Amino acid sequence: MKILVCISKVPDTTAKIAFTENNTKFDTNGVQFIVNPYDEWYALVRGLEIKEAQGGSVTVLNVGGAENDPTIRKALAIGADDAVRINFEAKDALATATQIAEFAKAENYDMVLFGKETIDYNGSQVGGMVAALLDQPFISNASKLEMDGNKGKVERDIQGGKEVIEVEAPFVLSAAKGMAEARIPNMRGIMAARTKPLKVVEASASADATEVVSYELPPAKGDVKLVDADNPAELLELLRNEAKII
Amino acid sequence: MSSDRFQAPDYYQIDDLLTDEHKLIRDTVREWVKKEVSPIIEESAQKAEYPRHLNKGIAEVGGFGPYIPTEYGGAGLDQISYGLIMQELERGDSGVRSAASVQSSLVMYPIYQYGNEEQRNKYLPKLASGEWVGSFGLTEPDHGSNPSGMISNFKDEGDHYLLNGAKMWITNAPICDVAVVWAKNESGRIHGLIVERGMEGFTTPETHGKWSLRASRTGELVFDNVKVPKENLLPNKSGLGAPLGCLDSARYGIAWGAVGAAMDCYDSALRYSKERLQFDKPIASFQLVQKKLAEMITEITKAQLLNLRLGQLKNEGKATTQQISMAKRNNVNMALEIAREARQIHGGMGITGEYPIMRHMMNLESVITYEGTHDIHLLITGMDVTGESAFR
Ligand SMILES: Cc1cc2nc3c(=O)[nH]c(=O)nc-3n(C[C@H](O)[C@H](O)[C@H](O)COP(=O)(O)OP(=O)(O)OC[C@H]3O[C@@H](n4cnc5c(N)ncnc54)[C@H](O)[C@@H]3O)c2cc1C
Repeated sequence: MKILVCISKVPDTTAKIAFTENNTKFDTNGVQFIVNPYDEWYALVRGLEIKEAQGGSVTVLNVGGAENDPTIRKALAIGADDAVRINFEAKDALATATQIAEFAKAENYDMVLFGKETIDYNGSQVGGMVAALLDQPFISNASKLEMDGNKGKVERDIQGGKEVIEVEAPFVLSAAKGMAEARIPNMRGIMAARTKPLKVVEASASADATEVVSYELPPAKGDVKLVDADNPAELLELLRNEAKII
Repeated sequence: MSSDRFQAPDYYQIDDLLTDEHKLIRDTVREWVKKEVSPIIEESAQKAEYPRHLNKGIAEVGGFGPYIPTEYGGAGLDQISYGLIMQELERGDSGVRSAASVQSSLVMYPIYQYGNEEQRNKYLPKLASGEWVGSFGLTEPDHGSNPSGMISNFKDEGDHYLLNGAKMWITNAPICDVAVVWAKNESGRIHGLIVERGMEGFTTPETHGKWSLRASRTGELVFDNVKVPKENLLPNKSGLGAPLGCLDSARYGIAWGAVGAAMDCYDSALRYSKERLQFDKPIASFQLVQKKLAEMITEITKAQLLNLRLGQLKNEGKATTQQISMAKRNNVNMALEIAREARQIHGGMGITGEYPIMRHMMNLESVITYEGTHDIHLLITGMDVTGESAFR
């Protein structure tokens, strides 16, 4: 199995979120970045498990600048064989997907894996777009993937139950919780990552299809009002007249 | 214990001074501690048990022999990586860090530095993988701060050495597979010997009833006419400088480890102070609480910078024993004071195992005593700057 896992870099979950340039850019000052958890914990680890069971290779791919290299090294430390960074500052999902698809086309991967979404912009778009551009099937939000030769058996959590799908490689899939158990790199992996190839590829032509006009923070949390358990009338009154939600 | 919500303070953006690999190593150990140590350590400490199953994981994250070359099973890392690993392990618990310190700096280090090739090949890989547990016997019942007065001794009996004596306060003694033991030969010179479990006359009674480092096993090493094969003598260095060389390496790790414990106490106190309401306000809004927190982060930041600089000097082979003493003394004391203040901020909750504070505080009482007491390190600095020894 020749597996490509696309990883992106996201702010650490504890990062303070702020915006600059008239609320059109995320302020990265002082922010620590991590590999997007859905990409790392589920897509990458499941890719590695499939490779370990059946042989093959796992390549990780990131679209972005050199500042992303540390996150790519972490994926290599966890066990990917090699890495590709497409040197391109993508502004939207289509531009990112175009870069990935252009690269993947020539490489004939058996599967291209994504996380179901990034935990920063929550777009959930790139995987589907890459599938369309490669003209391959796309399965989103998969919680289980078993390979039997060329055939994949996939499970998805759906409203009130489960959906079981069969798909033949090549395909594109986005991974959700349940797909695998997160791995912590070990020291051997970290040392091996030093010398694993990280190829930087120049970007192909692509255009953004959308533009962010502005970002907004959610309203600040208000004060907490404690209502005595014996006084439901006061609670109703507050919900009605102060919070105005009933 | 409630879930581990640790967030490391980095007030001076010291992360910018670390390499990407340093950060990856540190974050890896941090993640491992959150997953494997934090959920179980309180219970281990309460029950006075060393969580031996952690050894495999400590080995995998590079905690056993971080700077020992890879050909002997070590991780082949630099001194800053070693420090960061110790910091993160002690953020979990000083007992876990002690296990890693002893194995790395007091057992693997002397075998690597003072041993021959056969000894290195025989012992280092098994110690690096955590399969074997090592201990280090220097302190004796009557010789703590003054190890050169030791009475443990060995005689040359032709085809072996005959070892007699007793060591006390030895970390890992009850569970060790091998011990690096310091004893005097017939002419009174100190040598290191590798003693293996199972050798006749070698016993390791446990020291019970500790209020500190409870998740670490401590005991004695007792030698009653133990026949030690001649090939178990460390050939390449003798004299007090040999064990002291090991202590330099371990103390350096402790200087980093103490910052880990301090960061954990500070982080917990900061969070608690924002969440705990008294007089209708978070206690973080009171000046007296802020004074504690502000002083804590100031001291932590200073200690972090001290460590980083010391690490750079160590990487260049320039760190002196005296510089290491200063960092060990300053950082452990700072951590202990922060633990005490943090305990106050937690109020009554601070004495329970719901929070890591009391465990850190009690652990640090050992850390401030072992590897050279707080006062002995002061005398080392005093002697260094005045040229006068105030030891005797
Ligand atoms: C939990 C734990 C684990 C340990 N693990 C190990 C181990 O693995 N291997 C090992 O070899 N040892 C170990 N030790 C021993 C430790 O290193 C000694 O306890 C330490 O060196 C102090 O020795 P002591 O306890 O005999 O105290 P003492 O030397 O008797 O000191 C008592 C007090 O007198 C002070 N003092 C002594 N001399 C002077 C002086 N000249 N001037 C001023 N003040 C002085 C000291 O600072 C101290 O306050 C461990 C100790 C503990 C508590």
